[in-house]
Amino acid sequence: MKILVAVKRVADPENLNKIRLSAQGKIDTTGLEPKPSPYDEYALEAALRLTENGANPKQRLGEVVVVTFGPKEADSMLRAMLGTGADRAIRVDATDDGLDSDVVARGLAAIVGEEKPDLVLLGYQQAEHESNAVGQMLAEHLGWPQATFAGSIQSEDDKALVVGREVEGATAQVRVTLPAVVTVIDKIVHPKSVRSKTTASAHAYADGVRFAALMAIMAAKKKPLTEKKLADVAAGATPGVRYAAAELPPKRAAGVKVKDVKDLVGRLRTEAKVIG
Amino acid sequence: MTRTLVVAEIVEGKVRKSTYSAIAFARQLGAPFSILALGAGAQSASRELTPFGAEKVFVCDDPSLSNYVCERYAPTVAKVFRDDGFDTVAVTASAFGKDLAPRLAAKLGAGYASDINMVKVEGAKRSYRRPMYAGNAFGWVEILTPAQVVSVRQTEFAAAAPSGGESAVQSVAPAADEPAAARVEFLKLEASKSERPDLGEARVVVSGGRALKEQFNQVLEPLADALGAALGASRAACDAGYAPPELQVGQTGRTVAPQLYVAIGISGAIQHIAGMKASKVIVAINKDGDAPIFQIADYGLVADLFVAVPELVQELRRPS
Repeated sequence: MKILVAVKRVADPENLNKIRLSAQGKIDTTGLEPKPSPYDEYALEAALRLTENGANPKQRLGEVVVVTFGPKEADSMLRAMLGTGADRAIRVDATDDGLDSDVVARGLAAIVGEEKPDLVLLGYQQAEHESNAVGQMLAEHLGWPQATFAGSIQSEDDKALVVGREVEGATAQVRVTLPAVVTVIDKIVHPKSVRSKTTASAHAYADGVRFAALMAIMAAKKKPLTEKKLADVAAGATPGVRYAAAELPPKRAAGVKVKDVKDLVGRLRTEAKVIG
Repeated sequence: MTRTLVVAEIVEGKVRKSTYSAIAFARQLGAPFSILALGAGAQSASRELTPFGAEKVFVCDDPSLSNYVCERYAPTVAKVFRDDGFDTVAVTASAFGKDLAPRLAAKLGAGYASDINMVKVEGAKRSYRRPMYAGNAFGWVEILTPAQVVSVRQTEFAAAAPSGGESAVQSVAPAADEPAAARVEFLKLEASKSERPDLGEARVVVSGGRALKEQFNQVLEPLADALGAALGASRAACDAGYAPPELQVGQTGRTVAPQLYVAIGISGAIQHIAGMKASKVIVAINKDGDAPIFQIADYGLVADLFVAVPELVQELRRPS
């Protein structure tokens, strides 16, 4: 199976409470370390699991191509992903100013046309704008089926996938015939969430994403990383939305520390009046 | 003149409460709107939707729509949108709305504003405010295309109340199947059965973290019972298997904004806070006095939860 994984470089998701507004009223992430958007990292892990036998992960049973839209600096993220196990990488040279979900979806559709993967995997949303839209838009542009909010994926002989979609308080199980677009949530990296066509059902992965071994990082320097121009993959596509302004939400001030349970219940009853 | 099509969420022949948030948004635009109910049982469910002041309630009740499949629903929404000359589609940003709206936007060539928590109307110009960066910033977004698709947050758009009157009901046929529809098959819905109120709609939410370990239910259920609360959990508690995944509150779980949110043994990771900081009153109980949750809690109690929670249950049962 050939899988295209779409990834985005974002400001450190663990420290987003440190963002500020610039003098021009724009969101300023200066000082936050660039990192891959976590849900896209989970998508890569899912792609690697789908293209190997869990019992013998060194033997690759498919191809994983990672693609990003970003500046030159994003190459180091792609190199790290090649070290983790992706086979090739593509960077579409772009800055966030010229992008929105639809421009990225159209660009990805063009790359899918060239690469002809069986599956496109990506995070259900990226950690900055959180639009939760690229996967669905891409599926529409391609005329492919979509499965969003995937918490589990099981390959049926690489012809179809059974996907567990996590929807409010329930799991909706769907079967999508490939090629398809699947967006993933954090649960996808649990030990038994992904099963390739050869991985035994009893196999349990270590929880979370894998890390690259030093040798693999060295070897990854020889793996192909190609650069494309945005105009070549998304000719004529212009953003459908524009961010006109930004603001910081009112800070929730720290309240009081109560001295004991009795004090707490008293204040909830008489001060906050939220319980009877 | 703008005309909005609200897409209702129908589950098992009933209107999901989330729908009334999208209606509240449509009313705020101050222009005519209609509602589209599609799915099996939409015909009977449409009766719940006629007293909201909509011009029309469109109904597409067809066996092919018995379970929600985006590839079947989106073409039918697009068809009604075009045939009746709408310019805006509104859905509530539930799992249903978030799955449907972007595909629909791509189909209509429309710009999409997702998960908005406020709208500003100035003449013909509309801007939408949406939380980004795990709730640490709001962006004001404008849609540049003639057609607009918007999903609205249930936590900030309070459910619309009926305004009386009776909208005309019009049946519509589903759109012709697209090739993608044949390649997705709905298998089953595994819903967890719970006597408790739904997390997204509960007045009080009691949430637990990893610190509860195997005693998650044993400690929290009596407290949830005493408060008539829904149960929630941190991602760490769900990942560790102490709480089922559907309880997860936070970025990838549910976004909640109850009157009272009680965080027990939750340290307050950014992705958790993103899902609950719109709550009216936040209580935190944690033995680590430096836990970040205390920075946003209205009432903090630094204590061992295994002692404090049973005490709290007792105190709540005592008549006030």
